[in-house]
Amino acid sequence: MLMNVADGDRKEVTDATSVVDARGLSLTFHTNDGPVHALSDVNLTVGKGEFVSFIGPSGCGKTTFLRVIADLEQPTGGTITVNGMTPEEARRRRAYGYVFQAAGLFPWRTIERNVALPLEIMDYPKAEIAERIRSTLDLVNLTGFEKKYPWQLSGGMQQRASIARALAFDADLLLMDEPFGALDEIVRDHLNEQLLELWARTDKTICFVTHSIPEAVYLSTRIVVMSPRPGRVTDVIESTLPKERPLDIRETPEFLEIAARVRDGLRAGHSYED
Amino acid sequence: MTDRLRDKIWPVTAILLAIVAVWYVGAYLMNAPFQRDLDRRAGETPTTWEFVVKTMTQPKPTLPAPHQVAVNFFENTVLRKPTSARSLVYHSWVTLSSTLLGFAFGTALGILIAVGIVHVAALDRSLMPWIITSQTIPILALAPMIIVVLAAVGITGLIPKALISTYLSFFPVAVGMVKGLRSPDALHLDLMRTYNASRAETFWKLRLPASVPFLFASMKVAIAASLVGAIVGELPTGAVAGIGAKLLSGSYYSQTIDMFSALVAGSLVAILLVTAVGLAGRLVASAMGARPA
Repeated sequence: MLMNVADGDRKEVTDATSVVDARGLSLTFHTNDGPVHALSDVNLTVGKGEFVSFIGPSGCGKTTFLRVIADLEQPTGGTITVNGMTPEEARRRRAYGYVFQAAGLFPWRTIERNVALPLEIMDYPKAEIAERIRSTLDLVNLTGFEKKYPWQLSGGMQQRASIARALAFDADLLLMDEPFGALDEIVRDHLNEQLLELWARTDKTICFVTHSIPEAVYLSTRIVVMSPRPGRVTDVIESTLPKERPLDIRETPEFLEIAARVRDGLRAGHSYED
Repeated sequence: MTDRLRDKIWPVTAILLAIVAVWYVGAYLMNAPFQRDLDRRAGETPTTWEFVVKTMTQPKPTLPAPHQVAVNFFENTVLRKPTSARSLVYHSWVTLSSTLLGFAFGTALGILIAVGIVHVAALDRSLMPWIITSQTIPILALAPMIIVVLAAVGITGLIPKALISTYLSFFPVAVGMVKGLRSPDALHLDLMRTYNASRAETFWKLRLPASVPFLFASMKVAIAASLVGAIVGELPTGAVAGIGAKLLSGSYYSQTIDMFSALVAGSLVAILLVTAVGLAGRLVASAMGARPA
């Protein structure tokens, strides 16, 4: 089916390698104070293996967009496909792992049982569950903490455990909603580094919501700048940084230039008058 | 140790002594008019101290003094065979067994109702008003009807009494469990949704474990209610056995001391039960990795 496309540069056929493809996507919440336009005419394609960050002030719809991909919210207009399917089909096929802002570990389960949770639900055989717990905890550097309960771990370690939980099953797409937002700067730097390493090792596609400019620039291959009222995409910035990124890349002119573009994009899209 | 002495033992002892003191004063005041009457008829003029002692040693006092209850309780527990029909251990056991059976029924029923209410929207709206209404009917009015109706269909003995306990104990469990099963936050429910978990999986892996603290809190209330139900249930059964029966026969024959020691036995059973539930709750919580308080 051909889409009725207004913009000339919009792709009309779903790319075979596109993981997320949104066209004219909009979502309006009906509240007691009238309609809230959380998303308005969002057009975006995320290719396989990309690391895409969504940045913008509160209320710009970045989390809502991630939740639409995850079939946790239903769009009110436009179309969206995930792995070429509707979000619901993709969710039913367990196409993605979702990392929330809070670690959200089950307090009555040990770290290894928390990682095992999706595997139990997806009926993995026992031996494979054990193997996957071992390998994913190793991936997030939590080996040795298998038998600990969440309260015995620091906030950063809990968030790493929740990432391990999202990685434990074979989803090629990782949706992360401000996963490091509640952590201090030092822990955040460390986890950013680890996340890049993990992304390089697993070739997953990552959609990452943040409101930290350095975090977005440091991590992403592409940065989607969004603005509120109505929530919309105002700029999409391709990163020119190499895939190999040590932490001190953040002091290079190239990095600062991209950061400046993101900042400009945020400023242009956001009116501070109201 | 000194901290424990200051924080726990002294306050508890002080309150206990205060209660005993008030009780003695009360016993004197309640029993004095009858004693004065007795003395007047017998033409005796006791000294003040003799009079006070007499008010504390009546065989059927209006309010027995603490030591009278203590002696009676000791005689009817330690000094009697536990199988004797005069032993409070025997009567406590009769009440305890129907309490436990009724509590088990009530907890199961309460959980079942809560599961239904949480999962079926229609039940949520239609069942709750009836459940609340059921608890507004005085159990004293209802208990004889339950006993009589069940006896008419041939059910007698332990079951009818246990059902009265069930009637009282399912309510706190149902209310607590509805809250408990709804306690998982949106994040955890969203998480289960991203795994495409079925309702059954969400129930077993999320809702049920999340509700455990609520279950034990409501079970503490329910077990006390069960005991009340069992005692009340013993009243219309003809006062054959049990703490309720002891209370009733005590009141028939004005054996106030017997009644009070039956009350003490009932309180001890209640303490035992509530403590046992609390302990079970703590054990389960620590098995579920709860942070030690």
